[in-house]
Amino acid sequence: MAKGDLIGGTLWDQYSGKVADRMNNPRHLGAVSEEEAAAMNAELVVADYGAESCGDAVRLYWAVDRDSGKIVKASFKSFGCGTAIASSDMMAELCIGKTVDEAVKITNIDVEHALRDNPDIPAVPPQKMHCSVMAYDVIKAAAAKFKGVDLSSLEEEEIVCECARVSLGTIQEVIRLNDLKTVEEITAYTKAGAFCKSCIRPGGHESRKYYLVDILKETRAKMEEETLAREERPFADLSPFKQARAVETLFDAEIRPSLKQDGGNVQIVDLDITEEGPVIEISYEGACISCPASGVGTLGFIEKILKDKLDERFQVRIV
Amino acid sequence: MERVYLDNNATTMVDPRVKQAMDPYYLQQYGNPNSLHSFGTEIHPEMSVALDRLYEGTGAADEDDIIINACATEGNNTVLKGIWAAKLKENRPFHLVTSEIEHPSIAHTADWLESMGARVTRLPVDEQGLVTPEILKEHVSRGSADLVSIMWANNETGLINPVQELCRTAHDLGSLFHTDAVQAVGKIPLNVSELGCDYLTFSAHKFHGPKGVGGLYVRRGAPPISLLHGGEQMGGKRAGTVNVAYMIGMGLAMEMATEALDYENTKVRELRDRLEDALIGIPDTVILGRRENRTPNTILVSFKGIEGEAFLWDLNTNGIAASTGSACSSEDLEADATLRAMKLGADLAHTAVRFSLSRFTTEEEIDYTIETIKKIVRRLRSISSTYK
Repeated sequence: MAKGDLIGGTLWDQYSGKVADRMNNPRHLGAVSEEEAAAMNAELVVADYGAESCGDAVRLYWAVDRDSGKIVKASFKSFGCGTAIASSDMMAELCIGKTVDEAVKITNIDVEHALRDNPDIPAVPPQKMHCSVMAYDVIKAAAAKFKGVDLSSLEEEEIVCECARVSLGTIQEVIRLNDLKTVEEITAYTKAGAFCKSCIRPGGHESRKYYLVDILKETRAKMEEETLAREERPFADLSPFKQARAVETLFDAEIRPSLKQDGGNVQIVDLDITEEGPVIEISYEGACISCPASGVGTLGFIEKILKDKLDERFQVRIV
Repeated sequence: MERVYLDNNATTMVDPRVKQAMDPYYLQQYGNPNSLHSFGTEIHPEMSVALDRLYEGTGAADEDDIIINACATEGNNTVLKGIWAAKLKENRPFHLVTSEIEHPSIAHTADWLESMGARVTRLPVDEQGLVTPEILKEHVSRGSADLVSIMWANNETGLINPVQELCRTAHDLGSLFHTDAVQAVGKIPLNVSELGCDYLTFSAHKFHGPKGVGGLYVRRGAPPISLLHGGEQMGGKRAGTVNVAYMIGMGLAMEMATEALDYENTKVRELRDRLEDALIGIPDTVILGRRENRTPNTILVSFKGIEGEAFLWDLNTNGIAASTGSACSSEDLEADATLRAMKLGADLAHTAVRFSLSRFTTEEEIDYTIETIKKIVRRLRSISSTYK
């Protein structure tokens, strides 16, 4: 919060002149018909993305030249707010003259940059960056249709923040390299989470596969685990405090992430160091409680990790 | 047509007579009314007139309080937090009953109270979008609620809740009753004595008074509440030097709003209906809420295939001011709470646009608006990928 935040209602003030102009007069609006495409010796591609109920839906038309493979005409239709219309229009423009493979490389960030009046000032306010993502998604959908492949096969890496196009790998790397401890730091380093904020934690505008809070926690735990692994002494010789910490860290880094993928989780109830070796008591949460495999398969998985990483005498009990 | 203002549920133009009435209190009679000298005391007669007008306009008895404050947000905060604090002082739990369609000044205050340990029940609305006594009885058992707070008319839809019955039911259940009457003043006849409520809040800028001044009605005998502690102003119930000009402006605005009730319910209603009929004439258009259940100045309309913010942009380009509850237009990308509570379906929530008229709206403005809307609908539907 600061002086700039006190008045509010500044959404439209932050649209660039180009955004406003393309909202009022889109250049590449409308459908391309089969006949038109045929007359251009081009293949017609029509792709849809989004739905009215999500607040954004866009349809992209491409006429792809049968000889050169280049997109000779691109146009769109859109149900969306003004920035969605302006982004779609710019996206269509950027497609023209490119091959489908080249067009797939256009991102929402390219679209947003092309809409800037001043190269240093964003074309839209942060929460509206989300609208340009749509423009990117529909290109992917059109390319998948053209190539006759599944949409997901075009995704090269796992994207955590769609608005800023930051991948899972990048986020994990900056956390490690810069020893980041908070989500705010991740946002400052990568811009992930700076726009529509859906990827920060569950409960935002959109539900996401990955959230920054989880990635941070897991990466930190893995880092911690690696530090502990450098510990020369065997598990049995560690102080009780370090033993407990090593177990907790291992759970965060290796065990909980896989359980969470299936909607489950596990809590550590107790850790007892007996003459026969360490005994850990755990209790399942979420989907693990009713999962028939949790008493056998999952238990074996947890036990194996503990034995491999910490002490081969480890025993696990479910309470 | 230069500009048309159809966003009167957000704020209104100050009536020129109200502005004129406030003028002397800046350069001539600028004293502090709590001073003993003539600069202070000479203002008292006009302040008394303002109070008379406010008591008359709301139907309050002389034994009741109308506390002048800064806005309805302050009034709403004072009621909710005041009663909670009184319970806290006695070491007793606090149970607030409100609804899912309240203005943020109630909804977010309730959220905050919940975070402080209070119990909050949020009543849903019926299929008409109204909070009814049946819903209240269904969700609240006798003796369990300390305060029931339900808005009179909804800002987004204009839908009017049956507050008199709600108030009676709340009292039967052993609870105090408050209503946020911000959207009701000047549109619905107001009489707190008939209504029987314990607290009622209003804001001057919604009825052609200035922004930054409002009123909190407190029935005699209702637990006293105050948020601001300090000087002896407002009988010690709301500290802070009274904004004399605004109080006097609000008094006159209240009197004029009462006088204009007939006009509001005849001429303004006619203009609203004329606009509404024209909108219904456009294919694939939905008007939310039955006409007879709404304040006479409000229309919430959905145009299939057109996102609300895009519609608002085109209206603005044509000089027309309206409003949308669409998620895309808000800072946090959240659809308006009322639209969500009415369970209209996400597509309606993304397309709803609100037009709200006032006694200054003219026939020419409505005709121009109708013609412009037709053009905008044609343009945006030609762009739309979801409209055939």
